[in-house]
Formats: sequence, C-alpha cells, structure tokens
Amino acid sequence: MKYFGLIWRNAWRKKIRTSLTILSVFVAFLLFALLSAVGYAFGAGANFANAERLIVINKITLINPLPIAYQNRIAATPGVRSVTHNTWFGGYYQDERNQFAQFPVEPEEYFSVYPELLLPDEQFEAWRKNRTGAIVGQALADQYGWEVGDRIPIQATIWTKADGGRTWEFDIEGIFTSETAAAGATAFMLFQYDYFDEARAFGKGTIGWYVLRVEPDADPVQIADAIDQQFANSASETKTSTEEAFAASFAKQYGDIGLIVRLILGAVFFTLLLVAGNTMSQSVRERISELAVLKTLGFTDLSVLLTVLAEAMLILAIGGILGLGLGWLAVEALNAQYGTQVPLYLTPMAFVTAFAIMVAAGILSGIMPALQAMRLTITDALARG
Amino acid sequence: MSKPLAKLHGVSRVYQKGKERVEVLHDIDLEIPQGDFIAIMGPSGSGKTTLLNLLGGLDKPDAGQVIVGDAELSSMSNSQLSHWRATHVGFIFQFYNLLPVLTAQKNVELPLLLTRFSGKERAERAAIALDIVGLADRAKHFPRELSGGQEQRVAIARAIVSDPALLLCDEPTGDLDRETADEILKLLQILNQEHGKTIVMVTHDAQAADYANRTLLVDKGKLDFKAAA
Repeated sequence: MKYFGLIWRNAWRKKIRTSLTILSVFVAFLLFALLSAVGYAFGAGANFANAERLIVINKITLINPLPIAYQNRIAATPGVRSVTHNTWFGGYYQDERNQFAQFPVEPEEYFSVYPELLLPDEQFEAWRKNRTGAIVGQALADQYGWEVGDRIPIQATIWTKADGGRTWEFDIEGIFTSETAAAGATAFMLFQYDYFDEARAFGKGTIGWYVLRVEPDADPVQIADAIDQQFANSASETKTSTEEAFAASFAKQYGDIGLIVRLILGAVFFTLLLVAGNTMSQSVRERISELAVLKTLGFTDLSVLLTVLAEAMLILAIGGILGLGLGWLAVEALNAQYGTQVPLYLTPMAFVTAFAIMVAAGILSGIMPALQAMRLTITDALARG
Repeated sequence: MSKPLAKLHGVSRVYQKGKERVEVLHDIDLEIPQGDFIAIMGPSGSGKTTLLNLLGGLDKPDAGQVIVGDAELSSMSNSQLSHWRATHVGFIFQFYNLLPVLTAQKNVELPLLLTRFSGKERAERAAIALDIVGLADRAKHFPRELSGGQEQRVAIARAIVSDPALLLCDEPTGDLDRETADEILKLLQILNQEHGKTIVMVTHDAQAADYANRTLLVDKGKLDFKAAA
C-alpha cells in the first residue's frame, strides 16, 4: 500500500492520455456487462434447466403439436416419475408490448414436475377449482401490479376462441415464487389446460410438448431413447432431449448468440489490450531516467517491475469497475422495465469473469513495459538522461 | 587519519565500444577516510563517473575489490546492491532527477518507502531533511514550481533522508549559476563538517573543488591526488 501514492501519481502523469485509456476500458467493460446480460437472456431456459427433466417435442419441429394421448404412454415408460405438458399460448396484456409467457397446464402434474415453484396450498386449491383461474409469477405480479382476485384479459395471438373472440379472461388465484433466484424464473403465467382445450377454436386434443421428471437413479438417455422408440413410425414422431439441451437448441433458433457475444467481446478486449499496452509503453519510455533513479535509490528490479505492472492494473481496474458498475445498473434498470419479456441478468460468474479479465488484461498490457523497466541498466539509463 | 569508509583495491573497469575495448580505470587503489570530502576532477571520459558508480554499487569492476563500510560491493548480487544502496549511500545528480509527479516532500520520502517506517515516520523524517536543506516551506511544491537551486536542495534532502554515511555527487552544481552553486557547495560542506557525511563529488569546476578537503585527479585510467597549493 505504501507504493500506492507513487503508482497513482505515475498513472496520472499524462491526464488526457490516461483518461482516454480509462474511457476505452470503461466502454469495453460496459459492453461486456450488457452483452453478458443479453447472452443470459438468450440462454435463460438453460439457466433454469434441471438434469432430472426431459423434454419431448414433435420430431419435425417444436411448433408441430403432439397428441394429448401420448401422456399415459410416456408416463408408463420405466424410469419416468411424473409427466406434464406445456403449450405456448403467446398472448399479451392490454398492449402488444406487454408480452410474456403463458402456458395452459394441468395443475397437479405441472407442480410435480416443477417442484422448485412455490405456491401457498390455499392458492393452489383455489386455482385448481376455478376453470378460468390462473396463477402468475411474482415478477409478473410486481410488473403489472396484479393481486390475487384480479381479473385480467389476455389477448391471444395464436389461439382464437371457438366463438371467434381473441380475448381470454382469467382470475388470478395465486402468485408463485421460485427457489431459483435467476431473473425470469417467475416471469410467466399458468392457467388450466381443460379450459383452454375446450374454449379454443382449433387444435383440440393436442399439446405443445411434454416435460417429464425421471427417477433419481434412472438413466435419462435410456429413457429418452425408449420414449422416441415408442412413437417411431407414428403420425407424430417424437424427439426427446434433456431440458438444458432443449433450451439451448431453442435459443439457437436466433443464431449462436453465445458465440456472437464471445466474438464481439474478443475483438473489444483485443483492441483494449493494444490501447492499454500502448499507453503503458509510452509511459515507461518517457521516464526511463526516473526509473533509473528509483533503482539508484534502492528499488530492486522486481519492485520496479511490480510498480509498472500495478500501474497498468490500476488503469484497467478504474475503467473496468466503472464500466462494469454502470453496466450492472443499466442491466438492472432494463430488467425492471423489460425483465418479464427478456430476462436480463448479470450472473455472479459474469462478475468473476469480468474481474479475471481485468487482472489478465492488466498483466498482458503491462508486462512488456514492466519487463523493459526491470531490465534497465542504471548507468546506461542515467547516461541517456 | 580516521579509518577508511571506502577502499578500492586493484580495480579495473573496461567498456566495449563496438569493436574497441576501452579501459576506463586501470588497477586503481584508493582509500577514502570516514568524514572526508573529496572532489574528483579530470577530463571528459577519464572515468570520474565510473569511479563514482563503482563506489555507489551502480556498476561492478572487471577486476579488483570495492569495499564500502563492511560491504564488499564487487561480490554482491544486483538485488543485494539495491538493498545496500537504500540505506548506505545517497546520490546527488547534475540534473537533480526528481520525480516530476511528486511534491518535494514525497520526493524526499521516496528512499524511505524501502524501509519499515510508517507513513507518519516517513513524513517526519522527510520534513527534517527538508528543514536541513532550508526548504521546509516548499514541501508541498512540485519540482516544476521550484528553481534549479531549490530542486538540487530537494535532491540533497532525498540523499540524506535515510541518513547514509556516504554521499556521492555527480556534477551537483553543473547546471547552476555561480551564486546558487556556492550555496549548494556550502550546504555540502555543512553536511560534511557538521553531520559527518563522507562526500565524494565529481566536478569540472575548480572553484567547486575548493570546497572539498582534497582533490583527486583522474586521467587515462589512473588516479593522483592534487598537491596542496
């Protein structure tokens, strides 16, 4: 710590140059924060994925439905603990911008497959008994100010009603939370499949996809094969995969967002290294004689190396922490506004990665100038003056 | 004569300039008593600064021994020499060589960063050193806010702050006008006479050399003490 004053003063010897370098670091880490949150949003399904859950979809595409009649056969497959089904409803609340996920489900089955969802017993019972009842996640309730007892209209974009109407009205009977702390974990709504199937104009007797929970000691790969074998050569062949693989393939419909994010960040940080490295090189070149004086006074080669490295890391830390901090605030603000549609979240791992990048970039940008400083011969450097 | 603080035995130093081999010092023997004030004079390239660098552990001889106090510098590693310099020797340069980003006070504190003194102790000792050189009121000033003479005084304060026995001065008045140079030389004399510092000063200026107890002439790799006038 006693060297901090010296390191700090040296870092600011050219204020404009240092400020511009810090600005470039700031922008790089701001981008890192925002792109990490975007990457999270596209992989959101995988973030809640459970190793004990399998997803069964139509082999042709996720959009093609499966018969509800498959459910009993899937449930009878050895190793399957419980089965439920999901269907994408695709509605919005009041305004087309207010889009979030809604699923018609079988209450008991659904909660047996998703035990991480928490709903008070009396609310569950009230929902189960009310055909037009629905439950909403805490995140949705917070965003739209909904309370138990409210009646809400949802405009359908796919499922018109048998009477031609597009407005589906639901009574909120409960608000659920989740043991999963990740953003987006409660940004959806559930309502009764029976009501949905009776009231919809088309597609009766079908569902979107099945979700099943396997026994703890069962082999998910074997079960997936067994299920797909059962429905081979039928009108609706199935494709079974783990929940994580399903979520990842779902996200890849938009392209490999993770790869795109990594490529952009790679280019940004490569440029950052050049900028910060150039700043440090110039800074060391300008004070060869000062470094020689430090060595004359008794600073060892190692301590000179470390002070130059620390200077590079200080610049990276200032810009990095400011960029990451603003990025985090921006993600939080965006999440508060749009989190139910696109769950934006900076994971603890993103913070750890950012700090690791700061340290690595500090070392990489400072190591060459630091070695140059360390290797200075005092007499030569003083003679060069 | 008091006991020697520094001794050189059979010291030679050779530089390679391209294909040419230049022997700057040849088989030098020298003893510098504790409390002495020696001026070293000689033509350019005669080896004055090399001799100073050897005494300060900034350079190593190709042959012979350099002993200062109890330390044989010629056999020490670079790291050992760094630690030794931090507490045993003070350097004063022609162009002051203060760090422009630090105040006078912080420049003087620099050598104390290498010690175990607390921040408060470092500040107190630097203040005393600045007081000795008459610049207590300029502690918060940056080098660019000081005159050449004042900068050299700060450099002297930096050289004495860790209380070394030996001060090595390389043309300390070479960049100063006569009047300021005399002030600096008087200050060195005080440090020698009142504070007991042993001083070795390289200079081209005969008037500066007059402030020393004796003058050592260096020429063609050999040493010779100037006869008293």
